[in-house]
Amino acid sequence: MLSQYFFILIMSGLAVVLPLAAIVMGHFLGPRRPDEVKNDIYESGVETIGDTWVQFRAQYYLIGLVFVVFDVEALFLFPIAVAYQQLELFAVIAAIFFIILLVIGLLYDWRKGALEWQ
Amino acid sequence: MQVTSWSDVFSGWLAGFGLPEWAALTLAYGVGAFVLINYGMLSVLLLIWITRKVISRIQDRIGPNRVGPYGLFQTAADAAKLLSKEDITPDEADKLAYNLSPILAVSGVLMLLAVIPFAPGLTGMDLNVAALYIVALGSLGIMAALMAGWGSNNKYALLAGFRVVAQLLSYEIPLILAILTVVLLTGSMSFNRIVEFQTLNLGGFNLGIGWIGIVMPGALLIFFISSLAEAELTPFDLLEAESELIAGFHIEYSGMKFAMFFLAQFLNAWVLAAVAATLFLGGWQGPGVGLPLIGPLLGLGYFFIKVYGIYVLQQWIRGTFPRLRIDQMMYFAWKVLVPLMISLIVAQAIIQKLPTPVSIQYVLLFIANIGVIAIVANILQGYFRAEQIRTKRSFEPTSLIGTMQATDKGSMY
Repeated sequence: MLSQYFFILIMSGLAVVLPLAAIVMGHFLGPRRPDEVKNDIYESGVETIGDTWVQFRAQYYLIGLVFVVFDVEALFLFPIAVAYQQLELFAVIAAIFFIILLVIGLLYDWRKGALEWQ
Repeated sequence: MQVTSWSDVFSGWLAGFGLPEWAALTLAYGVGAFVLINYGMLSVLLLIWITRKVISRIQDRIGPNRVGPYGLFQTAADAAKLLSKEDITPDEADKLAYNLSPILAVSGVLMLLAVIPFAPGLTGMDLNVAALYIVALGSLGIMAALMAGWGSNNKYALLAGFRVVAQLLSYEIPLILAILTVVLLTGSMSFNRIVEFQTLNLGGFNLGIGWIGIVMPGALLIFFISSLAEAELTPFDLLEAESELIAGFHIEYSGMKFAMFFLAQFLNAWVLAAVAATLFLGGWQGPGVGLPLIGPLLGLGYFFIKVYGIYVLQQWIRGTFPRLRIDQMMYFAWKVLVPLMISLIVAQAIIQKLPTPVSIQYVLLFIANIGVIAIVANILQGYFRAEQIRTKRSFEPTSLIGTMQATDKGSMY
């Protein structure tokens, strides 16, 4: 059982190392002639005015929040789905009630305009 | 059907040389993972070639045809070119985020290959939580996009990074829920179990066409649409928009780092196609996979035919569809796909508990799915028809778009 995750561990190690090797190889194979204009941000484009790291819009924050709610919901639903064939009526009703609670949340977001893109 | 896994066979073979068991297993896993990852990275050369060929045929061009037979080595030449390009780090970039994000983008996708069942017994590792594994690692690419946007110290890249995050997060939900319907039907998260669920035995012979996608075409359609968005393909490629914007969040990258983002994007499309084939189109299932010797080979063939078929379909859509606007895209994810998917899951949960034979449950499921398809098709048709009308108008002889004419024709004279 644990040996399965050992494979995943090896895989993730290699999945980092091989792209890194390609990038390092590219770093040494390519020329290196840095100059002021080339290293400028947005080379040959319009110069940036003010700080680059601007505040982001609250819209993204809302979408992130809604996403977290639904992602956690999905996490809870996966075990239910796996065991669904063995579930009794009460558990089925509980699961459907759980989904309906989330639908109410979604409808609330909808009414509040959190899902609109302005 | 009992099949032995490649890792058991391989480590057993290595143990035959007198290696201790743990060393044999480690070596087998190491070699397997190395082969799988290299396959993933090299197959992108082929994927890019397919994309360029398909799109150029759609646009009435020939596409790459000089380097090698049918231009097959064109992408290899391109990769060699990118390898010899200068590696630029812009001033004042956040070094850690800037350098880490291309690696993270690729490794997140490469790790997904670990659970894809290529053929009977040929799965990187048959995790019993493979579906969750896919969902969890899918989020790594989002992180990479945000880090690239943030680290580049470029306002355009940062804005594009935010947009990527918003898009990918939104379409992650219908994708997860579509995977959930399959788990609900099969009662297992292991991809091998899901594929084996799709056998169709007829008189003791495995026809292998008991695909879940036949019973649940609606979930398949929604999975496909959200996988288009997750892979940033047309009609959801508005943050890339190759022809209008420059590149999006990876605008400041050059050389191999840029190539890594490209690799991640194409491989992501392929992996999502593979997941779609596994979950809905039977993976390696097909007529004759149960046969003793040629069965696994046939399975490998069926798997690749299905996956590359879906991949070509993705590129076909990329070559022919207009782009959605960002508000339409968000609307479509949150107000169409998510509610539809939730209602589909509730309907499926109820149908599966009805005291009727399985065949009638499948018929009811199919009807529910057809309803979902009808709604999705109706809404999409509305978008594309509006876009079509707009495009036609702008090409009419009386069109004023792109000209310096005054709006009132008479006042010109």
